Amino acid sequence: MSAAAQSRDVLVAPDTSSRLRRREVQGRVLRGLFAGATSFAVIVLAVLLLSIVLDGYDWLSWRLITEMPSRRPEEAGLLSALMGTLWVISLTAIVALPVGIGAAIYLEEYAPRNWWTRILQTNISNLAGVPSVVYGLLGLGVFVNLFGLGRSVISGALTMALLILPVIIIASQEAIRAVPLSLRQGAFALGATRWQVARHHVLPAALPGILTGTILALSRAIGETAPLLVVGAAGYIAFNPNSLTDQFTVLPIQIFNWTGRPQDDFKHLAAAGIIVLLVVLLGMNAVAIFLRQRFSKRW
Amino acid sequence: MKDGFVGQAAAPGVSPLAAAPPAQAALDLSGAKSRNVSERLIGAFLFACGSLSILTTVGIVFVLIFETIEFFRLVSPIDFYTGTEWTALFDREYGVLPLVSGTLLIAVISMAVALPLGLMSAIYLSEYAPDRARAVLKPTLEILAGVPTIVYGFFALTFITPNLLQPILPQTEVFNALSAGIAVGIMILPMVASLSEDAMGAVPRALREGAYALGATKLEVSTRIVVPAALSGIFASFVLAISRAVGETMIVVVAAGARPNLVPNPFGQIQAMTSYIVAVISGDTSVGGRVYLSLFAVGATLFVMTLALNIVSQRMVARFREVYQ
Repeated sequence: MSAAAQSRDVLVAPDTSSRLRRREVQGRVLRGLFAGATSFAVIVLAVLLLSIVLDGYDWLSWRLITEMPSRRPEEAGLLSALMGTLWVISLTAIVALPVGIGAAIYLEEYAPRNWWTRILQTNISNLAGVPSVVYGLLGLGVFVNLFGLGRSVISGALTMALLILPVIIIASQEAIRAVPLSLRQGAFALGATRWQVARHHVLPAALPGILTGTILALSRAIGETAPLLVVGAAGYIAFNPNSLTDQFTVLPIQIFNWTGRPQDDFKHLAAAGIIVLLVVLLGMNAVAIFLRQRFSKRW
Repeated sequence: MKDGFVGQAAAPGVSPLAAAPPAQAALDLSGAKSRNVSERLIGAFLFACGSLSILTTVGIVFVLIFETIEFFRLVSPIDFYTGTEWTALFDREYGVLPLVSGTLLIAVISMAVALPLGLMSAIYLSEYAPDRARAVLKPTLEILAGVPTIVYGFFALTFITPNLLQPILPQTEVFNALSAGIAVGIMILPMVASLSEDAMGAVPRALREGAYALGATKLEVSTRIVVPAALSGIFASFVLAISRAVGETMIVVVAAGARPNLVPNPFGQIQAMTSYIVAVISGDTSVGGRVYLSLFAVGATLFVMTLALNIVSQRMVARFREVYQ
């Protein structure tokens, strides 16, 4: 300020070249800092994957997915956890999918613009922010104790369904909103009812987006541990669930259980279990990305 | 469909042409009646689907309130909210403050990691990154956001603590708040980065061009024009990130230990609200006892904290949407 004022007083052009250079240098340094901060994420991901693979690679074998958990690490496997995950996630999908897509269709295609719809919408976005462990308490209070379903597959699946419902609704709404209005208008002009428009025109067009969102929501459910711990998935289950009311365990809980053991062998076993879990999740994400690439349309 | 045309014309995404076609004598409308009935049934079903989410909220609130009231019959709420000792696992003292301070310590550490890194990543992605870099960075952030929290917990316990913290800070215990906080920070980093980037993307181009025309460098445009203009969206992402950190469970359970402490030491064990819930439930607790009920009192406190944070964040997002549309 004072330098600029002085130079103006004596009517000499200020020496801007050195200040400009300083600003440019500053720019370059901070650009490097920003790029470094961003690549931190890449580095962390690489280190995380590498450390887990190094920890668990030697313990990776088919035994891991064909054997039950055991007190002896060299005999222990993930079979009951894999089956438990399969049961819980299938049931979760059966419950959450129709309800979630139905809710999205209602909100986008049916709902009048009134206070109730506004409440619904606000409520859904608030539910998406509730910590998962609180959903666990809901499941414990309502499904396990009030409904008397006990610490069972069905209690876990219903809790999970409520947990991922907001995610499915929001993703489906976005997919439905992307379908152009002209498609609906064309169908309405031909005399289709509201449901016919939704069922035969909007839904098929929005389906890839809905499926992508749903798969991502389900893969989140596969990795969730806390709510199922609270609902009462047990840490040590050496049998596969056979019915809705059986006790169960799931992959992340088995991993949690192994992580908590003091022996080093179990830590390696946990790392091997994480590799299995990540492979499952990677597979689901690959399917989601494939669906998005293969079927997504630009309107 | 009675008020279809006028009443719903304003709804977004809903066609104003939804009114039923006028009946004409020449048309065979024998199917129309059953079609109307099934239309209405389907409409009712979809309405029920939409309203189920309200039921979820009601369920959460009622479960938490009922069990918490039950708990407050046994332990006075004043003792609960002002007590400085938490020995619930022995069913003795129920002062929640040590758990709250544990949760806050985790939130502070994770924010110290996620805020600067997330904001700088957002600036880079929004203002600097060439397409080739974005093609690598965006999916990486997505994958990082999709890693299950139990994996982060394992990473904190078996990598961050022994390989990063203990060599530099030998006083670090096996279970410590610092490694858990760092892992939580890594977990929420993608969220801060992508939400802040969205906010910066919504800043109109004209604002940037105006600054360039006045001779500003790229850095000056980024930090003095774009960031201030997107500030409410950036703050919203911060607040949402805090809420996520407060509600995070598995990382804290696995890596931070189980010792409640009013003045927590980042290099030692702590217990957060979430990890108390899991610690109790993993043991054998009889339904209806004081320990069991304390779960819901802690859960209710947690729920109120995260809800307040989420509402603040939504308000901020709503404000920044208003500005540029």
